Amino acid sequence: MAKENRSIINILDLSIEELDHLMDLADKIEKNKEEYWERCKHKKLATLFFEPSTRTRLSFEAAMLELGGSVLGFAGASSSSAAKGESVADTIETVSNYADIITMRHPKEGAPVVAANHTSVPFINAGDGGHFHPTQTLADLLTIRRCKGELSGLTIGLCGDLKFGRTVHSLIDAMLRYPNNRYILISPEELQLPEYEIEKLKEEGAEFIQTTDLEGSIPELDILYMTRVQKERFFNEEDYLRLKDIYILTKEKLENAKEDMAILHPLPRVNEISVAIDQDERAKYFYQTLCGKQMRMALILYLLGLDQ
Amino acid sequence: MKIDGIENGIVLDHIKAGKSMLVYKYLGLDSVKSPVALIQNCHSQKMGQKDIVKIAENIDLDLNVLGYIGPGITVNYIQDGKRVNKATLSLPDTLKNVLHCKNPRCITSTEQELPHIFKRIQGQKRQYRCIYCDTIAKNDDFE
Repeated sequence: MAKENRSIINILDLSIEELDHLMDLADKIEKNKEEYWERCKHKKLATLFFEPSTRTRLSFEAAMLELGGSVLGFAGASSSSAAKGESVADTIETVSNYADIITMRHPKEGAPVVAANHTSVPFINAGDGGHFHPTQTLADLLTIRRCKGELSGLTIGLCGDLKFGRTVHSLIDAMLRYPNNRYILISPEELQLPEYEIEKLKEEGAEFIQTTDLEGSIPELDILYMTRVQKERFFNEEDYLRLKDIYILTKEKLENAKEDMAILHPLPRVNEISVAIDQDERAKYFYQTLCGKQMRMALILYLLGLDQ
Repeated sequence: MKIDGIENGIVLDHIKAGKSMLVYKYLGLDSVKSPVALIQNCHSQKMGQKDIVKIAENIDLDLNVLGYIGPGITVNYIQDGKRVNKATLSLPDTLKNVLHCKNPRCITSTEQELPHIFKRIQGQKRQYRCIYCDTIAKNDDFE
């Protein structure tokens, strides 16, 4: 059944049942790719990227193409009407007439709320500033489920920029819905999790620790979710330079890690994970990008009512 | 000081002392053509001191704004010199263009036409969150 005008802004816009359905669907896609090759024939996905992105945009485009659909859009605000001062609302009203489903990345937090109020086709937030990034979380959830077999009872270490790292916020929101997960929040004081996310952890009664110590935390972890300190989120170059190399995951630091710990990273990586770790079986960050594409395929199918 | 009663209109009572100018501003009382009286620092048995606003006209009040400024404010509707109705206020669930989001990364910082809308956080007495960027408003976001 088509989910008319359904907007996915935050991972919480999807119920646990829907998340399970999407993950099951991604598993089916993995096993029977041919079955889905023409599922979105004659459908168009608009990718409106007001901010640079390689992975997410290409992942969405690859997902739609693999489903037999077409893509249209722009990459960068300078090549859109936003450069002429057009509002998000007007852009979305217009693009709703061109595409069957829209995905948008925008540097301003809350832009997808505006988009959702003006779209007449399904809408997916592909990241809004340091706020939400629900499809990255879909990738994270599928990766965790495939690596650990479940999404509950895990000790999850989140490391790096927890303040502006939107993927961290969305992942916490999602994992809070599964029982008995513990959170170890590893960051410098300046990049600690925002107050509104801490409130959510408290409201849900989740067990969490805030620390600056990566090495000391590693032995406890089932999942280590590394993030990049993002230059584009800083107003001040000095602060960025001071904090950018604060956590670097090396082989030595992994010595005391569990054998089945999974290392995730939303990518792109700069230097926070040493390339020497790429060959380690625990490194799942490139596998995560495959999971991301399959979850985007599942989400597109679901929102267009073509999942059955 | 003696201020006359009103025949027809509204009396806002039990305003926290010093807050009547905020009431005046957010209710847009500067555009009311009938007499409006702001009485500051009156004696109150219950509050010690309080403000009162009298409006000699029955206007549509934004009770949400009033509820945010002071949930204890009472609204007395006066007809022919008598009180015909009384409303007590509670904290509103939604505020539109009362609080302003101060997050420089919020979409409202670049799109000036967007209304600033905040929703009250469940279970929190006086905490409001921007519907766009989720930033929690501070008291000084209210101007």
